[in-house]
Parts: sequence; structure tokens; C-alpha cells
Amino acid sequence: MTRYSLTLYIAGHTPKSEKTINHVRRICQEAFGDDYDLRIVDVMQHPDQAEQHHILATPTLVREFPLPSRHIIGDLSAADKVRAALDIDTAANDDHEG
Amino acid sequence: MNPLRSEQSVAKMETGIPGFDHISMGGLPKGRSTLVSGSAGTAKTVFACQFLIEGIRAGENGVFVTFEESTDDIRRNMLGFGWDIARWEAEGRWAFVDASRHHNEMVVLGVYDFAALLRRIEHAVEKVGATRVSLDSLGAIFTQFADVSILRAELFRIASSLKALGVTTVMTSERTQEYGEVARFGVEEFVADNVIILRNALEEEKRRRTIEILKFRGTSHRKGEFPFSIIPGRGIVVIPLSAIELKQRSSDLRITSGSQELDRMCGGGFFRDSVILVSGATGTGKTLMATGFMAGGAVNGERCLLFAFEESRDQLFRNAIGWGFDFERMEREGLLKVVCEYPETAGLEDHLIEMRRVIEEFRPNRVAIDSLSALERISTSKSFREFVIGLTSFIKHQEVAGLFTSTTPTLLGGTSITEAHISTITDSIILLRYVELYGEMRRGLTVLKMRGSMHDKEIREFTIDASGMHIGKPFRDISGILSGNFTRIIPDEIQRISGLFQDDDFQPSQD
Repeated sequence: MTRYSLTLYIAGHTPKSEKTINHVRRICQEAFGDDYDLRIVDVMQHPDQAEQHHILATPTLVREFPLPSRHIIGDLSAADKVRAALDIDTAANDDHEG
Repeated sequence: MNPLRSEQSVAKMETGIPGFDHISMGGLPKGRSTLVSGSAGTAKTVFACQFLIEGIRAGENGVFVTFEESTDDIRRNMLGFGWDIARWEAEGRWAFVDASRHHNEMVVLGVYDFAALLRRIEHAVEKVGATRVSLDSLGAIFTQFADVSILRAELFRIASSLKALGVTTVMTSERTQEYGEVARFGVEEFVADNVIILRNALEEEKRRRTIEILKFRGTSHRKGEFPFSIIPGRGIVVIPLSAIELKQRSSDLRITSGSQELDRMCGGGFFRDSVILVSGATGTGKTLMATGFMAGGAVNGERCLLFAFEESRDQLFRNAIGWGFDFERMEREGLLKVVCEYPETAGLEDHLIEMRRVIEEFRPNRVAIDSLSALERISTSKSFREFVIGLTSFIKHQEVAGLFTSTTPTLLGGTSITEAHISTITDSIILLRYVELYGEMRRGLTVLKMRGSMHDKEIREFTIDASGMHIGKPFRDISGILSGNFTRIIPDEIQRISGLFQDDDFQPSQD
């Protein structure tokens, strides 16, 4: 199984972004256990990184690997939509969504 | 930055874009955002870039946020104007925020904000110490992110954050038509305090670029559309036509027309800072008149500038020799400059800008243009009128004497559109007309108008030979020359009619 590498861009450590981080962690945990990389970037502290990776909106979750890289923008609380956008195969459901 | 008059509540920042600060009465409102909207190909990106570049030249740094073109494309395209953005980037005076669409796959799931973009802009502003920011173009962000209500709120947030940063902002946006809604998505204009429209309209098969300031919140500006041109090496150059006021000093110093006889008819020569129109059919001696006007100045040590749009340099110089004027020697002595150009080589706005540049550079005492009619054929009547007004007022501001020739379309009588446009602007009008007499074509000359001076009102015969032109006796026994409908009058009759009126001011009949 390919090891997913993700970056989550948030704007400041607000309760809202904490919630977003938790959502993403839970989705990954369920799908991969501990077998994934998730990097959190606060654009308020690291605008240069946002510049380098062309991030406009927050929150943005970037699937760095597997390729092609993909930006998922907006509300990340709907787990099934996020899974579909990340192409995470869930054992019980169909593979092809989104 | 220059401090503005204290009674003005909204301060302005001089942009440095040639002509723009004139029509905007001092530049863009400082610390505010201005929307620059236009359809495709109206030079919005050039405006956005030039706004920053003129700032950098004046010691103010800038940030360029691109939503549409890649940074590489912008660097490359602007190099064509001689603007080396990469160098300014290296010097820390220009910073890009690249918000253009990259080839990433993108999935939009719900509510988001532009905090990252805003933070990047702030970061770039801090990094180079920018006072100017350009966003190009808002339309492209609408195609990346479809949710108009989020965008609207976010654009407001960006605009107010930029205001809080104290920077002056230019944002561009698209329009779908030249006259209609300000911008495509209907929200852009509410985000900015001020709105400018760029147009590139097709009129009578000619492209005509104009700029219009639609609104400046809380401060004044000139109204209406002003033509502009895009010049390599300079960028946008606005021609502030109606902003030019005819309030130059007028002089009562006389200068020679190049012909003693004509000077006499004009009551002692032309005025030093007047504009003279010479109108006549082809072959009546207009070019000779212009040539004589140049030579007459050079003889007195005046600097003379001739714009020739009809004849080649060789032709002009050969003809001048034929009339006894050595143009080559005058050029060598630095008293004469002859600029030959085909009217079709450029648009009328470009010609005007180039002619102004040459005049400013050469600093002539007198300028001749042979002929205005040649320029008329490359333009619409509207832009021709603007051209003539722009040129005339420019020449008058320089306090030089100008002589323009104009070709009438018919051999006998007639007026041209050129005259209709400019006769009220010119100080003097000289008409050259063919006169058919005893089966022979002769030439007649009359001074129709001479502002502020007495002048000879007769129609005199004039001839051209190897020593130039000679003005002879008035046509006594013929009337209707100006209209082209000649009537011979028997001398007895003239005397009888003259006897009827004390004033023998012979006015030819005109229909």
C-alpha cells in the first residue's frame, strides 16, 4: 500500500483550525492507522511556504503523494467527501467516487 | 509622494503614467483601491504593471499579485517595453505573489477563505516595503473559485486589509462589452473605491484606445474618455486633450512668413506664437508655402522643424533647391530638421506622441506640417479632431509658430473636413485657389483670417518660379473664386458698383 503524504494549510491556531486538523487526523487514522505523513502549515506564520506552494485559500489539504498532487479546499468535516477527494479506498464502499 | 493641497480630504498619489496624472488631477486616490476594468486587449495588465514600475522609478516599491498570467509570462511580456522586472525583483523592489492557476488538481468542498492569499500579500508588502500593489485580474479568480458570495466577501476583506496596510491598490477586471456593465461578475466595482474604464473600440474600422475615470470616491477628476497609446519603451501614454486649456500667452511679435509680399498682406508678418492654416487644392503651392516658411525662419537664425507626410525627403530637398532654398545646408547648420513619415506607419495617437517628443527634443521656433490632410485619411473624424486640438494646443504651449497645410478635395473652390475641424483653433487662414482665366489656370491667394491684426482682404494672383513664389495684383474683374463659380465682371461694372458703396471692401460671393 502506498504511504500517503499530506500537507494541511491552516490560517492561525484558532478553534476552527484545530477542528479541521482533528477531522483530517481522524480520516487518516481510520484509513491508514499510523502509516501516513501529515504536515501542518500555519500560513500566518509561514507565508513563504504558502507562496512557494501557491496556496490561496484556507483550509487547503494537499495530497503530495501519491501523485498527481491534488488540492482539496474548504470544509473538511464531511469525511466521505474528503476520502473520495483523496482517493482513499474504503473496504466497504465503491472505489470510484468524485 | 508629494503632499497635496490641504483642503483636499482625499490625498492623491502621482502614478507617473504619462498623462494620467493630468486627467486624474493628481493621480490615484492614495491608500485606496482602484478598479481598472476593460474588455480583452485593453491593456489592463500593462496599466497594472506600469503603475508599479513608475513607482519603482520614483523610489516606491511594488507588489504584483497575478491571478491570470504566469510570472514568467509577465516578465517576458513586459520586457518588450524595456521593463526588466527580474532585475527589480533581484534588487528587492518588486515582488510577485503568484496566485495564477497551476496545474494542480483541485477539489472545492465547501466554505473557505482567502486568509492564505491575504497573508502572502501582506508578507510581500512587508518584504519589499511596498506602497503600491496591483492585482491582475479579479476575473481569473472567479473562474478558479466559483462561489460568488464567498468571493465577494473575501475580496472586500482583501481590499480593506490593503487599505489598513496603507498601500495604494490597482485591481483589474474584465468586461464583456465596451459600453455596459462595469465588470463581468457585477461585484468587482463595489470592492474598489474608484473605477477606471479602459476601452479599445472599433470605430470606422480603426482601433481607438481610450481611458475614462468613472468614479473617484470623495475627490475630483476630469470627465470623459481620453485617448491613449501604447508606446514601446514607455508603455501607456495618455493624451489629455480636453484637459488642455487654451490659455497660453499671446505675443504681438511678428515673424516673417518667408515671403515679403505675404508679410505685407498679413499686416507685417505672422504672429510669433500663432497657428496658420494654408488650404488649397493639389498643386496650388502649399508645400512651397511650408518650405518658404521654414527657410524664412532659418535665414533669421530660428530653429525650424518640418513634418512631411506627403513627400519623401529627396523630393522635398530637390524641390527646395528648385525654389532657391538649400535645406541640406540649413540642416547642417542645425537650424532645420525635416521628419518624413508615411501617415500609415502608425496610428494618429502614436504620431501625436512622437511629434510632441520631437518638438520637445528639437525645441524649434517654428513648426510646419505638410499636410494635415494626409493624417486625416488614417483616422476617424473624431480622433482627427482630437489630434488637431491636441497638437495645436501643444504647439501653442511651446510658444512656437505653426503652419499646417490642408488639401481641398476639389480643384476649384471647396473646403475640406480638416478646415471645418480646425478653422476655429487657428489664428490665421490662408487660402490658395485655382482661378480659371481666359482658358488658363492661374493661382489666387487670399488671407481669409488674421486674428488680432489688419490684413489685406483681396484675392491676389500668385505665381511660382525658380525663385519661389510671388504675389501680384488682385483679381479685379472676376468674382466667385472661393466658391469655384467664377463670374467675369466687365470693368465698367466694377467701377459702377464700387461707386455705390463707400467701403470698397470687395467681398466675393459664396454660396
